Order: sequence, then structure tokens, then C-alpha cells
Amino acid sequence: MAVNTPTSRDDFADLEAGLDALDSPVGPNDRKAAARRMLNSVWPPILAIIVLIAFWWAAYALKLKPEYVLPSPASAWDSFVAGLESGATQKAVFNSLQRAFVGFAISVVIGTIIGLALTKFAFFRRGFGPLITGLQILPSVAWVPAAIIWFGLSNEAMLFVVIMGATPSIANGIKSGVDQIPPLYPRVGTMLGARGLNQIRYVILPASLPGYLSGLRQGWAFAWRSLMAAELIVFSPALGLGLGQVLDQNRTLGDMPGVMATIISILFVGILVELCFFAPLERRVLRQRGLLGDKL
Amino acid sequence: MSDQTVATTEPRVTVDLPPDVRPVAVQLERVTKVFNDAPGVPPVLQDLSLRVASGEFVCLLGASGCGKSTLLNLVAGLESPTSGSIEVPGGRTALMFQESALFPWLTAGKNIELALRLGGVPRAEWKPEIARLLELVHLSGQGDKRVHELSGGMRQRVALARALAQRARILLMDEPFAALDAITRDVLHEELHRIWQEADLTVIFVTHNVREAVRLGQRVLLMSSRPGMFVRQWQIDIEGPRRIESPGVSALSAEITEDLRREIRRHGR
Ligand SMILES: Nc1ncnc2c1ncn2[C@@H]1O[C@H](COP(=O)(O)OP(=O)(O)OP(=O)(O)O)[C@@H](O)[C@H]1O
Ligand SMILES: [Mg+2]
Repeated sequence: MAVNTPTSRDDFADLEAGLDALDSPVGPNDRKAAARRMLNSVWPPILAIIVLIAFWWAAYALKLKPEYVLPSPASAWDSFVAGLESGATQKAVFNSLQRAFVGFAISVVIGTIIGLALTKFAFFRRGFGPLITGLQILPSVAWVPAAIIWFGLSNEAMLFVVIMGATPSIANGIKSGVDQIPPLYPRVGTMLGARGLNQIRYVILPASLPGYLSGLRQGWAFAWRSLMAAELIVFSPALGLGLGQVLDQNRTLGDMPGVMATIISILFVGILVELCFFAPLERRVLRQRGLLGDKL
Repeated sequence: MSDQTVATTEPRVTVDLPPDVRPVAVQLERVTKVFNDAPGVPPVLQDLSLRVASGEFVCLLGASGCGKSTLLNLVAGLESPTSGSIEVPGGRTALMFQESALFPWLTAGKNIELALRLGGVPRAEWKPEIARLLELVHLSGQGDKRVHELSGGMRQRVALARALAQRARILLMDEPFAALDAITRDVLHEELHRIWQEADLTVIFVTHNVREAVRLGQRVLLMSSRPGMFVRQWQIDIEGPRRIESPGVSALSAEITEDLRREIRRHGR
């Protein structure tokens, strides 16, 4: 034969080594590039915030509304700093976060069980599936009056509203996570000898993790929103002040800079939990599976 | 390379082993599989009988949809036959798929480890066993790589290692190299051939690629469609190292391809 084709095992081994080398990624993963991408993702939101504040300032400077309706950004900032200095803001953030975390944790347990049951039992799914999706659409503030009647002006009332807000998202998250598992994976699991609980533990749960995480993330957003709605209404001297109660207090006192400062605190806490907890977690899971590409 | 010979048996509807003394690893007795029992729909597999000897390398050829995957699933025990019997005295089976069926949330090494864990291998043996298997598929030191960091060929080699981690004696391969480029496929043929010999495996290998079947198999079976049955078998005894471009492989491939075409054309009428 005239063509030079591999004939011996060594030829094939060389060829194989060459193929493997060519197929291995050539380090685009260096730190500098990562830092640059990080920077690129940080400055646009900062710019957007500056633009927003500029508009606020302009509206204030043009005296579109009287000052007790539209305070200046500076007075809101002063109020924010004063809240921090007196420690009142920290205390309110702590109280609210504590309630939200407890409610969220309970929602995770209930939502996960309901979600797994939805994927496991077709009858349960046909019956409760649409109902749970409906609950997800229902604004959880609608539960507040009922919660006050059932639980009084208490922490339990607020917890109830949080749980009703967060649980449907979490249940639907794990349900869609499981639904999106390629049918090949459970078959491979069976092939490898995973049955029953082992199949859930080693195949179903890890395979559905991306969907589950986005459900958790959405669940957290709903928990935080629901809590603020509940805190605005459930007010009693016996309860610790949360951010929602502080906000309502600002309103009754006609303290508009305080209102703005508290809104910003609520926003800030929500973003902080998202940035420090859910975003890195999700990124890690997606990167492990090569589902992230070059995005940060 | 003119001393190569191609031996061909006459067409037979029931294929069987040559009168050989080796023990039987897989035995199908008049197996029929029906998915859809509406009238007028032929069974996917009808009255299929097959014996595969221990240590044999059998390739299965047939048009798309003729029931090759169904046959492998039956042997693997993922499906059960509508009628007939399937016996697998040759030991555990492992099934390999066309796409890499590795779990993307685990590293290459952990994928192999999961097979060991679920197979009941004692924990202390995992590490040396993973190293041995990675070495066997020429992937030493790549155990920490994520699945997405591996090329298609490397993934299929890890999948092969995972199949071997199941302590399988019988390897069922469902078009495992179909998605790979020609050079990579060529390399993997060599790897598979070597491992088949070293580990003394029984292999049933499904493919669309006639040359691949002739390159690898000791026996090639041609299947018809609707219903799926064996129509012909070739016993291959090309001497010396066989390559995809060997003249003996080419000659027999041409012959088999002709038969496959005839079989497909029959359905157009
Ligand atoms: N679970 C199932 N339910 C119903 N029909 C099925 C099922 N699995 C396979 N079939 C049908 O059985 C026939 C054979 O399918 P099979 O996948 O075994 O073919 P194949 O030879 O592997 O095809 P290909 O070469 O495309 O992989 C097809 O017509 C397919 O539609
Ligand atoms: Mg198939």
C-alpha cells in the first residue's frame, strides 16, 4: 500500500495522544481574563444606577413636586446613614432576614416534597399541578388578611405568608428540573445498578439540580417579597421591627427621605442575598456541567 | 496483502454459531417484541434466534428502525420480550450508547467510581481500580476532568472504562462511535479491539457503518426491517491486522452493502 496509514499499535497510540492533545482546551481560563470579565459585568450596572440617580436629582432640582413628596437623593442618603448610625437599620435587616430565612427553609422542605411527589405520581400531578402553578401566580399579599385572622398579628402570620409565597416556585422548580432530565440518564442509572432510592440520590437529584436551583432562587425572591408585604400590614409592638414595619412607620410619620432610604435598604438586601449566595451557587453548578460557556 | 481471504456463508434466516465448542454467552430463543399491537403493525422483532459464543465479537447491521437498539435493550434487561426467551449465561452485561452517556455533574473518574459503588465494589478498591481502568483506555491522569472538558472520543473511552467497571463480561454497544470523526473512530476501533482481546470480552456491536462492522467483527449479522429478523450472516476470517482500509475489508464491505441496499429497496415496493 502506498499510503502511509497507521499499522502498528504504537502508531495508533501516537495518533491517539495527538488527538487527545488537540482536543484539550488551551487555557482560556486564566485569572486575568476572569478578572476582566468580572470588571465588565460590574461597571454597566453601576453606570445604570448613576443615571437613575441623576434623573432623580434632575426631577428634584426642577421642583416637579414639593419636597415632602419628592425628597432629594442627598436627604435620602442622609436618612440612610442616620439609620445605620443609630443601628436601627441593622436591627430591622436582621429581624427581616431572620423571618425570611426561617420561612424560606420551611418552604424548601415542603416545596421539595411536593415537587418530587408531582413528578412521581401522575394522579397527584394532574390534580395539584395546575393548582400549584395557580398559587405561584397569586400575589401572596392576598394571604395577609387570612393570615391575620388565623394567626393574629404574629410572627406565625408573616411566616405563613412567606411560605405560601415561596413554596409553589420551589415545587415547580424541582418538577421542571426532573422533567428536563434527558431520558438517557435514568436508563444509564438502571444499567449501572441504581434502583429506587439510589436512582433518586445518584441520578434524579443531581440531574435536576439546575432546575431545582433556579426554583430555589425564584422561591427566595418570592419569600422576600411576601415578607415585605406581610410586614407592612402585620404591625404589633410585641414584634421586632422589620424593614417592612420601618417602611410603614416612615410613611405614617410623613418621613419621605426615610421611605426612600428604607426602600433602598430592602432592594439592597435582596440583591445582596442574590449576589452572595444564589448567583455563585448557580454559576458553580452550571460551570461544572459546562453549561456556562464563556459567560461569567 | 494479497493473502487475505474472505469467507462467506450462504444466506440463512436463522443464524447460529459455527459448530464450535466455546460456551454460549448470549442465547435468544424465538424472541418477539411488540410495542404497538394494533392490527397491521408488524412486530419490531419477530421470532429472532441468536447464539453468541463467549469471547465472540458480533456486529449487527440493519437499516434505521429495524430494531437493533431494541435487541440490545432486551439483552441488557432494560426491556422484556413479548414472547420467547433470553438467556445470558455469559455474565453481566453493560450497555454503551451513541451519545456519551456519562453524567455531566461528575468528573471522568467519579463516573467510573459510581459504577463501582453501585456495583458493590468495596470502597478501598475504588482508587486503584479507577486508575487501572483509566490506564486501560489510555486516559491516565485525566480522571479529574469534567465530562465537557473531554473530546467525543475521550468521552467514549471513559464510557468504555465505566462499562468495564461494572465487571461486565458482555459489552453491548449501540452505535458507540457514530458521532465521531473518521480518524478518532479509527483509533477507537483499535482500542476496542485491544481491550476486547485483553479483557476477553463478548461484544455485540450495533452499527450503520458496514466497514466498521467488517473491521471489527468476527461475525456480521444483517437484519431486515418490519419485522426485524436476521437475513444473513458473514463469518469473517481476514488474517493479519485488519484496518478500515484493508483490501479484504473493502471487498467484503462492498458485498454486504449490496445486500443491505437490496434489503432496504424491498421495503419501497
Ligand atoms: N419504547 C418504544 N415504544 C414504542 N415503539 C418503539 C419503542 N422503542 C422502539 N420502538 C420502535 O421500534 C422500532 C425499532 O426501534 P429501534 O430503536 O430498536 O431501531 P434501531 O434499529 O435501533 O434504529 P436506529 O438505527 O435508528 O437506531 C422503531 O420503529 C421504533 O419506532
Ligand atoms: Mg438504535
